[in-house]
Amino acid sequence: MNVTANVLALIAKLLSGATVRWVDCQPDTCQRVYFANHTSHLDALVLWSSLPKNVRVRTRPVAAKDYWEKGWVRRYMAKNFNVLLIDRQKIKVHQSPVELMIREIRDEYSLIVFPEGARNVGEEMAEFKSGLYYLGKKRPDLELVPVYIDNMNRVLPRGEFLPVPLLSCITIGPPMWLETGEPKFEFLQRAREAVRRLKDI
Amino acid sequence: MFGTVLACWLSTPLLLGVATPDQTWLNTRSYWLLGVVLAVLAGAYVVGRLLRKQPEGTVHPALARAFNERIRAWWMMAAILVAGCLLGYHATVFLFFLVSFWALREFITMTPTRRSDHRTLFWVFFVIAPAHYVLVGMGEQYYQVYSTMIPVFGWFALPARIAFSGDAKRFLERSAKILAGLIICVYALSYAPALLDLTLEVRTEGGELTPWTGSRAGLLFYFVLLVQLSDVLQYAWGKLIGRHVIAPNINASRTWEGFCGGVASTTVFGVLLYWVTPFGVWGSACMAMVVAVMGFAGGMTMSAIKRDRGVKDYGTLIQGHAGVLDRIDSICFAAPVFFHLAPLISRIA
Repeated sequence: MNVTANVLALIAKLLSGATVRWVDCQPDTCQRVYFANHTSHLDALVLWSSLPKNVRVRTRPVAAKDYWEKGWVRRYMAKNFNVLLIDRQKIKVHQSPVELMIREIRDEYSLIVFPEGARNVGEEMAEFKSGLYYLGKKRPDLELVPVYIDNMNRVLPRGEFLPVPLLSCITIGPPMWLETGEPKFEFLQRAREAVRRLKDI
Repeated sequence: MFGTVLACWLSTPLLLGVATPDQTWLNTRSYWLLGVVLAVLAGAYVVGRLLRKQPEGTVHPALARAFNERIRAWWMMAAILVAGCLLGYHATVFLFFLVSFWALREFITMTPTRRSDHRTLFWVFFVIAPAHYVLVGMGEQYYQVYSTMIPVFGWFALPARIAFSGDAKRFLERSAKILAGLIICVYALSYAPALLDLTLEVRTEGGELTPWTGSRAGLLFYFVLLVQLSDVLQYAWGKLIGRHVIAPNINASRTWEGFCGGVASTTVFGVLLYWVTPFGVWGSACMAMVVAVMGFAGGMTMSAIKRDRGVKDYGTLIQGHAGVLDRIDSICFAAPVFFHLAPLISRIA
């Protein structure tokens, strides 16, 4: 953990005014996959910053390569936040993002993923993509932790580059797992519902 | 908080050099006022701790929590004012700017704006609000500029900026909300630190006008103290003898009895504290009464905005945040009136 990462985390926290609530879940360094709704480019950084330091050093946000490799500022930030970059353009069968994630986290790191795929424009959360299901299937030992990020789309909406410092809220809910034999569609629905439920707590 | 104080302390040598030397910054009287208030706060803190430790059933836990939250807010206010008193005019203005900024954050977070307002909001937070406080910090000779920038120029510029974004949906409502946030949280509140650089004249025995040489910091402290006292006294009177609720749909705990009792007892405190002010006994009583009425009006107005948005407190708007706006709403409404009445009353009384 270097100084830059700490400073960036502090700036992200100040700017987003994020309150962090752990509901039926405690910060832990065990391997987890935090999955959250996605409405702003800042989501990954703010969620990562809001984790306690000892958890943060073992957590890698998963983000799109085409966005975070553009320009030296973003590249520099991605490096400091220990971002795991996924190439959305070149997805191949034997080089799938899920394979890459599992290879990269080994038995050490946790992940932050946004299963909606792209940032959501509408009011409602989009359907989850299947990556979360395959992660749970291939690594049944990972705790899948739902996270709801509130108001971040107003801090930095899509297509804007200057943030407005409104107050946001991050709610981290109870861990879940893929049940044995649970069909893909049902699991993804259940995961999405777990995130949505945190909105009203 | 600590970082802020440290930053102010580090910049003091720069700022103090600019502070107006001809006015007394602090004198024995203001030290007395500070000392008494801090002693009372320390006492209240001890009472709060005792309340929390009471066995269950004797004290209502919600009451104890509300009491302790209030005490904490007062400590924060006292810390800001004391830090400001020690560090000078510019540091006080800066601390008030931070409070304004946070209050505006709460206000706009609660107010629904649309995607197309994003850039306007960026202007509001990072250009207009800081620029206003810079002008206030430059002192009384810029009164003409800072007193007109937001209500006159902002009033035209912000709706125009929103119009440029090309989104007509609920246009008037959005402009009104953003302007209301600016006026209440930034413009109105800034009149409190502006008191520190206000020329006040008093009549001598012979009836001539001479500049008041008392402590400006003491006057600010007097103002904030009276507003807070009137809040508490109105609450206490309402609890004790409150029967007739003024507007149940706005705020169920504000009663006519609480209002009248609060205003009357605040006036008494105004009389007791006249020695800090340039007003004299009657003038001080009059100012205390105005402050109490305006504070009450502020509380009611903010309650109405909160009820409209369906939130109880700005503190619960986003879990875990202390509602700054809940604590300063009465100061916001009373400050401009106090600022503009002070020169008149000090000349008469």
